[in-house]
Amino acid sequence: MQRTGAQVIWEVLAREGVEVCFGYPGGAIMPAYDALLEYEVRHVLVRHEQGAAHMADGYARASGKVGVAVATSGPGALNLVTGIATAMMDSSPIVCVTGQVAASLLGTDGFQETDLTGVTLPITKHNYLVTTADEIAPALREAFYIARSGRPGPVVVDITKDAQQASTDFEWDDRPVELPGYRVPTPVLPATLTRALELIHGAKRPVILAGHGVIESGASAELVRFAETAQIPVAITLLGLSGFPASHPLSLGMMGMHGEAWVNTAIQEADLLLAFGMRFDDRVTGKLATYAPHARKIHIDIDASEINKNVKVDLPIVSDLRQTLLALQPQLERQERGEWLARIASLKGETAVRDIQALPDDGHLYAAHVMHDLWRLTEGKALVVTDVGQHQMWEAQYYKHDYPRKLLTSGGLGTMGFALPAAIGARFAQPQDEVWAIAGDGGFQMTAAELATCAQEQIKINIAVINNGYLGMVRQWQEFFYDRRYSATPMKSPDFVKLAEAHGLQGTVVTRRDQVAAAVEAARKEPGTFLVEFRVEKEDSVYPMVPAGADLDKMIRRPHRSPTSEV
Amino acid sequence: MDRAISRTFIAYVEDKPGVLNRVVSLFRRRGYNIESLTVGRTHEPGVSRLTMITTADEDTARRLEANLYKLVNVLRVRDLTAIPSVSRDLALIKVKASAAERAEILEITKVFRARVVDIATDALIVEITGEQDKIDGLVALLKPFGILEMVNSGMVAMTRSAEAAPVEPPSGTRPQRASSAA
Ligand SMILES: Cc1ncc(C[n+]2csc(CCOP(=O)(O)OP(=O)(O)O)c2C)c(N)n1
Ligand SMILES: [Mg+2]
Repeated sequence: MQRTGAQVIWEVLAREGVEVCFGYPGGAIMPAYDALLEYEVRHVLVRHEQGAAHMADGYARASGKVGVAVATSGPGALNLVTGIATAMMDSSPIVCVTGQVAASLLGTDGFQETDLTGVTLPITKHNYLVTTADEIAPALREAFYIARSGRPGPVVVDITKDAQQASTDFEWDDRPVELPGYRVPTPVLPATLTRALELIHGAKRPVILAGHGVIESGASAELVRFAETAQIPVAITLLGLSGFPASHPLSLGMMGMHGEAWVNTAIQEADLLLAFGMRFDDRVTGKLATYAPHARKIHIDIDASEINKNVKVDLPIVSDLRQTLLALQPQLERQERGEWLARIASLKGETAVRDIQALPDDGHLYAAHVMHDLWRLTEGKALVVTDVGQHQMWEAQYYKHDYPRKLLTSGGLGTMGFALPAAIGARFAQPQDEVWAIAGDGGFQMTAAELATCAQEQIKINIAVINNGYLGMVRQWQEFFYDRRYSATPMKSPDFVKLAEAHGLQGTVVTRRDQVAAAVEAARKEPGTFLVEFRVEKEDSVYPMVPAGADLDKMIRRPHRSPTSEV
Repeated sequence: MDRAISRTFIAYVEDKPGVLNRVVSLFRRRGYNIESLTVGRTHEPGVSRLTMITTADEDTARRLEANLYKLVNVLRVRDLTAIPSVSRDLALIKVKASAAERAEILEITKVFRARVVDIATDALIVEITGEQDKIDGLVALLKPFGILEMVNSGMVAMTRSAEAAPVEPPSGTRPQRASSAA
């Protein structure tokens, strides 16, 4: 059938199962926007294209499906860049459809021309410049396939305006996508499985390091079974949180820079590390030279280029994690590791909740308490999307996630401004969930314009702004490592509740712990987006902390005095 | 053991616009210097072949290979460093040559099995193929006459055995042939 290139875009998106996309129009993408009116795909008009990319990302992370962002050429497409890089670092499958100037203008500095495939080359899994209507369908189909398969990631499809306007003979081709150079790993060889089992059965002090790959490969249930059978405790990366139930007796909690002491100490004392879908980021290893010195290492990852990148491993397995765990399970022997688990329990006894206990319940509002109370009040079932900074770490420490894909956060890139738009995207992926965006006073203001999107699109989410009057995480580093010289970190903010109200939304302020429950209740009752500003202790810090590049078990602990009595 | 040495990679890539850029960008991003890079067609339509020389230790080389494979348009990669192979470079050298010097220069080119491909009244162009040191040797001997211009094609390489380097991806991985819609 005859279709314009613009129509082909939506024909393909609809067949790829796209129900919602996030975007912003402009000259070079106008033909696609015009054709949109004839199709069923819901479009969410954002206030800044960065928001569109984060929304697509939030949708993808919450659903496991591909998220879609749409933008015009030049400035529109460039505004996507931070969101694309965020998705790339955290292996999130999104497809960005962008308009481009007419093919005849390419490379001429035509109005709003940016070499987008050039700009995004290092921050996409793959990208396409499409200059004819015929190429649109195959490029988009490949883009969806590449985005979601193997190690997921962002794909950009940049389509010239004349390609959108031209007409083409469109037939939906449902034959498999043929990509001769694109490959995913094959199942693991039996000999490799045998070797892995030998190491596991021979280990006295094993620890599983569970990463984002657990969630991406859908391996949560298999991981629980595996850990239970072999009685191996599970330490979790920031992005792995929710992939293994926090309430499980074998869960150690988050590892790394802001991981609890017992988690990092267990890793340092381990004789076998089983790295599952994680990449030994510098935020989890501390100083590499002293990292887990007694441990053999098995590394299961779908991406061969992650093997031996940061940490040398004894047994690399390049494959899908879930498939590998399924293959290992039948021969996995039931183990008893009483001594090792007792050792970890004793480490834990020493330090567990010491951090939160050291906070006096003295009328001040501490962010850690807010997270703990949010967790309790939502019964640990909310879909939480955090921004970047101290509140992100407190959330990771005190909101205990038991269900996969219920914590979304920008880990690899640490992109401030992620929470609000990603939460909007997640809302579309999980309409039944109670969604909470948790952001700092700084990060919230980076993408606060998306409040208008919530209002216009009648989106219901809950927003917690953790207002400490500072770019808190940077202030903390200044406190610890720069002699408390608070350069450019004190931040004056607008009245957040009034800001919500200016958008036609509701909100409330919490200054004392005994107000938290009522505020959460009010948020839940309100049919529209609701903002709670938590005015928390200003100069509080996240403990424990392993300074960047230090030994993993050499951490800064919370002083026994309350932070307010210091200074 | 893990020493940085000069390594020769060959890669088959899809002959499409921008593919070379993707390959080169990968080297650039990781700060590896490309000492030599050649691209050309192969007997397979739509498939180009790259020869790349870079200095890397074993670990880096393996990751470089894995990263090259992550490029969707890269079909197959091989590190020829430890495999018996033939490598050739082609150079054209324009040397100053007065009538009196010409005979001497011709004598030198003969020893190197180089060819003179152009003669002008006061200069000539020598073509030589071989490995790098052979070319370097000739250049050293021609220098005293005055080298006016020189161009090097960059290295191309091929394994020695009868085994063909298949264009298809290696075992342990398989190409994608997946169903489309979710
Ligand atoms: C876009 C961006 N700019 C700068 C930074 C550096 N940075 C990391 S945390 C942080 C402070 C965040 O402050 P706020 O949003 O108030 O959260 P808090 O740490 O106070 O909880 C900054 C500036 C970043 N991660 N992202
Ligand atoms: Mg703050």
